[in-house]
Amino acid sequence: MNTITRLLFKNLINSFPIIILFLLAFTGFDFSLFFFGKNFSFNFIYIVIFYWILKKPDTIGYGLVFFAGLINDVVQNFPIGISSINFLLLCVITSFIRSRTLLPNLLYDWILFFVAITIISSINYSILAIIFDSPIRYGTLMFNSFITFVIYPIFSKIFDLINLIHLRQQDAE
Amino acid sequence: MSTETDRDDFIISIRYAFLNKGTRQKFSLFTLLIVSILVLSLEYFKSGPVDKFRSITKDFIFKGSYVISVPFIFIKDNYFVLQDHLRMYDKYEILKKKDLRLESLKYEIEFFKEENNKLKKLIDEKTLISENYLLTKVLLDQQSPYLKSVIINKGFKHGLKNGTAVLDNSYYVGKIIDVNHLTSRVLLASDLNSKIPVIIEPGSISAILSGNGNNDYAELEFLPKNDQIENGYIVYTSGIDGYISAAIPVGKIFIEGNNKFVKFLSNLNQLEFVKINY
Repeated sequence: MNTITRLLFKNLINSFPIIILFLLAFTGFDFSLFFFGKNFSFNFIYIVIFYWILKKPDTIGYGLVFFAGLINDVVQNFPIGISSINFLLLCVITSFIRSRTLLPNLLYDWILFFVAITIISSINYSILAIIFDSPIRYGTLMFNSFITFVIYPIFSKIFDLINLIHLRQQDAE
Repeated sequence: MSTETDRDDFIISIRYAFLNKGTRQKFSLFTLLIVSILVLSLEYFKSGPVDKFRSITKDFIFKGSYVISVPFIFIKDNYFVLQDHLRMYDKYEILKKKDLRLESLKYEIEFFKEENNKLKKLIDEKTLISENYLLTKVLLDQQSPYLKSVIINKGFKHGLKNGTAVLDNSYYVGKIIDVNHLTSRVLLASDLNSKIPVIIEPGSISAILSGNGNNDYAELEFLPKNDQIENGYIVYTSGIDGYISAAIPVGKIFIEGNNKFVKFLSNLNQLEFVKINY
């Protein structure tokens, strides 16, 4: 690998969480699938923010999370600012979990992720339904949160691998 | 003593979470949360400079989003092209068996249109069908469980208004719900919050077409109890809401058990260009 390729690869791995966060916010991409007349989808942005703030908080700036939220609102047609509040509150909860965790493990993270997204989804629903009177379905929102929770360990393992590559690069330097 | 220490630790952790900036963070979460709440409170200003600024910001984000989505749109388009190729033979077989009689049907429609206009003039009835269209390109295809919408490249600069019907060829696909300076958002008929007044022919039965989040079919609400609806009946917009023109074909009835659904005539997954009926 020559120097430029190595530098590009290093920057790509280093900025991976930011790239994926803005890609998801700009494209509004979600992995929704129809099975037996039911829509199975999950909120990938929650997984990205929770994982990276928990494991490597310096890779995602809070300011960038705020901007990703604003973009997400415009793309998803939500009142502008609501996703920023959700994402930043998720950062607060994750930061709190991080400061209280002595020995991190996947099961512990997984359960706390469920608690975090339940709180965030409830706040999201309350603001949208009570203040903005938006016609949002509580059942759909909670089902989406549940699928997000179920899928978390898979992405956690994938992100662990990316994190490992990053750590190896840092060690090599 | 131990309870007090625990409480202190808890408070310290909360303070850390809200106020700690870390090595590479420029703002604390508390500051950004306050800014977010301020931004959210601006949603109450629906006109004036705030609304103008919001409209321009949305235009910028939509254009940026379009540029970033180009590779995904390319993959998606090619996926549908491949699917069409794979189904080509089946479609050909179906079309071969169908008696299309397109020419004769065209003349028949022209005759009925003329006759309808003459009869309307006789009773001084205003025609509800508009034949003024504006062709627009779909910039973004935003589809999630909560939202089935597309962003088009025309806005209030081009004379678009909220509530206007959007068509794919001659079929209804949705209506405009948010107009910016250069772009607009179209709420598709499949969206959970889409409700449009329709009329089912033959029989002239009025109902409300309600989206269910599925891009293939929608549900019918407020149908009369003893309706005589059968498979294959056509659903048109009724125009009674005063925004959407009447007589735009929406879909075809199909019955499953006791439930009646409407299969859309247009493929809402593959919208590239749409017509605005104004």
